[in-house]
Amino acid sequence: MAKQLEKKHPLAIRWLHWVNFPLLAMMIWSGLLIYWANAVYSIRLFGAELFHFFPAGFYEFLGIPYRLAEGLQLHFFFMWLFVGNGFIYILYALVSGEWRALVPLPSSFKRAGRVALHDAHVVKELPPQGKYNDAQRIAYTSVILMGIGSTVTGLAIYKPTQLGWLTSLLGGYEWARWEHFWLMVLFVAFFVVHVIQVAIAGWANFRSMITGYGVTDAKKEAPPAVPGAEGDLA
Amino acid sequence: MSDERNDILSDEVRELRDGQTWPGGRDNTANLIGEKRELSETMSDADAKRAMSRRSRRGFIVGGAAALIGIFGWRWMSDETKYRLLRGTFEFNELVSQSLYSPKRLAPEFPPSRITPERVNGDVGLISEFDAANWRLRVGGLYGTPSEIELTLDDIRKLPRTEMTTELKCIEGWSIIVKWTGVRFSDFVAKYRPIGGYSYTTHANRQDQPPYVALTTPDEQYYVGWDIESMLHPQTLLAYEMNGAPLTLEHGAPLRLASPLKYGIKQIKRIGRIEFTNERPRDFWGEQGYDWYSGH
Repeated sequence: MAKQLEKKHPLAIRWLHWVNFPLLAMMIWSGLLIYWANAVYSIRLFGAELFHFFPAGFYEFLGIPYRLAEGLQLHFFFMWLFVGNGFIYILYALVSGEWRALVPLPSSFKRAGRVALHDAHVVKELPPQGKYNDAQRIAYTSVILMGIGSTVTGLAIYKPTQLGWLTSLLGGYEWARWEHFWLMVLFVAFFVVHVIQVAIAGWANFRSMITGYGVTDAKKEAPPAVPGAEGDLA
Repeated sequence: MSDERNDILSDEVRELRDGQTWPGGRDNTANLIGEKRELSETMSDADAKRAMSRRSRRGFIVGGAAALIGIFGWRWMSDETKYRLLRGTFEFNELVSQSLYSPKRLAPEFPPSRITPERVNGDVGLISEFDAANWRLRVGGLYGTPSEIELTLDDIRKLPRTEMTTELKCIEGWSIIVKWTGVRFSDFVAKYRPIGGYSYTTHANRQDQPPYVALTTPDEQYYVGWDIESMLHPQTLLAYEMNGAPLTLEHGAPLRLASPLKYGIKQIKRIGRIEFTNERPRDFWGEQGYDWYSGH
């Protein structure tokens, strides 16, 4: 069957996406070195502790204890790179028009529900989509907002006097730290789901984030073919 | 298809003028939002495969090389270089802070009802035997002669009394709200002037004044260095009371530093000596890899 190459991800987006991976990893890793010194958060239900962040074995396995100073050094170094990379990403998406592939509309939530039903094998058909489906639009826009949230809550913890107004706005120093921590948990959750979805979507989809291109079936007389399965996920 | 044609196709996927919409009409967010679609001309299955594998090769080689450079670059960087880089970042961050922020900005204060239970942390410099009754505060780097004097707690209590209820933040990540009572360091300086003879009253004479203050415990086991701007801040106190009662030994009796501008590690307990100095003083935790400024 005749094929068409389809441009999926611009070079800048691919670089920014992949560079973000080690930067976010370093932010989370150094964040854990810092968090260990005052590991107070847990999931509770009706007063009972279901899960404590984190069990002692987790820290020992990763060699986290007593590395607070190192954690602070790494965190306040990589923050520049992480925020800089994110800033360029947002700027690029806005200027290039790439945001049109990423941002959901109010009607996206309905279609995202259909995507979820499809992924759960309840319905057969995916709703029509562009580069990303509507569930992806919501997820990818959310993760950018989370990045902004981590930056803002981080600043509120880092400079609670100079940025006292911001710290108060977030509910005070203790709440800002709590928010900063839970945003990290959300990032990890996003990462896990993202990797699973990429694995399910398959090689062609993964490759498109490296080469920038995908292959679609061409139909005679009607060039824009229905995107192949590779365009469905992740 | 010739190689040349192949190159054109794969290197520059042409945007088609017609039929650029995505499927699904108005049931597709991409159409509603005007997302661009870029497709190449139609080609055979084999050509598409060839074009993609060429792109894959290039992409994976470049990406793999970048990943390796990143990983091994970081691994092979000597600990010394890494340490210098990270410490340098602390200094850089402080420069950014100072250029963006006002040293006059006040930290939030709280009503006494917000005071939280006390918490003790850190006993470096507090372990040695200590005779509180015969304690004197030694002050060095003063204007005139002698340049070094000794003060009793009563001498300090005679200075204007200031109260504040502020948040003490430990570098470990916890915080408590404490009511401190003591003397503003700026009031202290007005009476005990440093080298140069001014009390940092105007910016014009700042440059002739020692830019740092060194504070140490009587046994010199714990020591901190402060920049003068933070010391002169109205919320930096030489404190002798905590939550309405005289300081206990574990909290730094008879005199300690209290300030919401820096982490608890900088708020030295049991001060034995204060010195105005032109050299940046050593700092106990600064020597252990923490930010020398540790400012908020």
